Amino acid sequence: MLRTSSKICRSAFTRSYATTPSPHALVFLEHRAGIIDSGSLSALTAAEQLGGKVSALVVGSSEHVQGVVDQAKKFKGVTSVLHSSSPQYAEPLPEVLSPLLEKLLSGADSSFTHVVSATSSSAKSLLPRVSARLDAPTISDVTSLEHDAGSGSTTFTRPIYAGNAISTVRAPSSIPIKFFTVRGTAFAAAAASDASEAEVKAVDPVEVADPPTVHVKTTIAKSDRPDLGVASRVVSGGRALKNAETFEKTLYPLADALGAAVGASRAAVDAGYADNSLQVGQTGKVVAPELYMALGISGAIQHLAGMKDSKLIVAVNKDPDAPIFQVADVGLVADLFDVVPELTEKLKK
Amino acid sequence: MRPSAIRLLNILVPVKRSVDYAVKIRVNPQQTGIDTNVKHSMNPFDEIAVEEAAILRQKHKDAVKSIKAITIGPPKSVDTLRTALAMGADSAIHVEIPESAASPEPLAVAKTLRAVIERQNAAAASDADKIDLVILGKQAIDDDLGVTGQMLAGLLGWSQATFASKVDLDVAKNEVFVVREIDGGGDEIRCKLPMVITTDLRLNVPRYATLPNIMKAKKKPVEKLSPSDLGIDYTPQLETLKVSEPPSRVGGGKVANVDELLAKLKEAGIQAA
Repeated sequence: MLRTSSKICRSAFTRSYATTPSPHALVFLEHRAGIIDSGSLSALTAAEQLGGKVSALVVGSSEHVQGVVDQAKKFKGVTSVLHSSSPQYAEPLPEVLSPLLEKLLSGADSSFTHVVSATSSSAKSLLPRVSARLDAPTISDVTSLEHDAGSGSTTFTRPIYAGNAISTVRAPSSIPIKFFTVRGTAFAAAAASDASEAEVKAVDPVEVADPPTVHVKTTIAKSDRPDLGVASRVVSGGRALKNAETFEKTLYPLADALGAAVGASRAAVDAGYADNSLQVGQTGKVVAPELYMALGISGAIQHLAGMKDSKLIVAVNKDPDAPIFQVADVGLVADLFDVVPELTEKLKK
Repeated sequence: MRPSAIRLLNILVPVKRSVDYAVKIRVNPQQTGIDTNVKHSMNPFDEIAVEEAAILRQKHKDAVKSIKAITIGPPKSVDTLRTALAMGADSAIHVEIPESAASPEPLAVAKTLRAVIERQNAAAASDADKIDLVILGKQAIDDDLGVTGQMLAGLLGWSQATFASKVDLDVAKNEVFVVREIDGGGDEIRCKLPMVITTDLRLNVPRYATLPNIMKAKKKPVEKLSPSDLGIDYTPQLETLKVSEPPSRVGGGKVANVDELLAKLKEAGIQAA
């Protein structure tokens, strides 16, 4: 009830042109051990499209933060870099990071109008927690945006129903800070430039005494192949691969011949053929490479949600009626155990 | 000295009635939404949440004092609650909104859940009656937002474990060990109760409700509440301007053999690395 009344007052104020603040985005810049995540570079590009100032926020343990700050200030469009180090920030626990963001965003001198991040697992955990505490929604997985400086409203598009519909929503000026996460494949990565005029500012960490959650361990699946989320080529396998050994034996040589990342359908992951982190789809990774090869994948709605923005889709499947052929640019009805080795051989020549 | 009494858990499981995952949805001609005159069922991630609550009871027996399902939605959402009751919930709450009303935004849902939790916990005679664990799906497959659980944890100031693929409850220690699915691998955390968990697909395989359980579920209590009972306003903060069809892809046809496939790849400028 309180919220409604304050909203009415606010819209009365913001109607006047002069009081609409110019956009100032805070980008939650993620890094793993000092290397900036590629998704965050897309978030920087999205933030720049708002047409105002862009501040990058770097948090972590002291050993990594400085290096990330040095990289961050060079990106085009970044006007300032805020950084905060604490041993507590070594792992991005939402319970520990949330107070820092709340302080930054609700301080009297805060001019932030937007909070932006990649749609990554850690930002997806953190941003909604912070936004709720500031009584604002989080708009997830944005694919395009437009800010109207006059009215202070921002319009976003985002996929709903596993990408089978596109929703266009407007966050009006009554939402003073607009939180959103961006789909990496929909925005180009921010480019580094030599001229850096970004101001660098240290922010005191907010220590959380006795946090309710403690990080124990992170296990990252190691691979020499390109990262699935950003690879320009992806070779994906489904249930038809039979087991983990044949999955590896059949797919990996082809992926290596193409310099491609390996993906998998949910069926393949659930059956234990491939690691969970390789799942492509509504509930896994969303990819949009130059080339996507779907091998032994039928093409369920949930899988298509994760790959149908790929430039060229190639499908190999025994079943001529598999739905994957409705989206594939090149389809081949055949047994993948015959086709894939032949393809690999001929590619190498 | 005797050890302190074993904690009793009260689990709240929010569920959502959404368009069935297998339905190919259609955008309506007015471009205001999708045609909802199709099969609906419980959001798949919520089924996993209900199942996990039932598994916790199987493992910890009497330590799980109650499992309560809750939904916010039109009158038909009661079917979704009955499904949850048939899968193992003891009782349910239905916050009823009119058939024509838009689906509430996640923040309003989180505030509703907080209000329900605070109401029950304020009325609780002892800690044994307080809700101390909320298990939700990691996202609804209709709006695909995936934010409600985190918002609820934020509002309550509780610990949160998102995208859980394994949950180990230690009742004596008042702790939950959770393995989470993160980009590139897994993450292990230890959380103190009370807390919020959001489920990943790999947490468990939901059971089918058997006919006797479906019959029994009909007798389980469903409390009906209205948004005003809880003091919640469902006016959306965001304005949906348009819902449209995504650009459609047209299949490019089939090739007869590997050589033709290679030729197509070459045409697109793709060669061996």
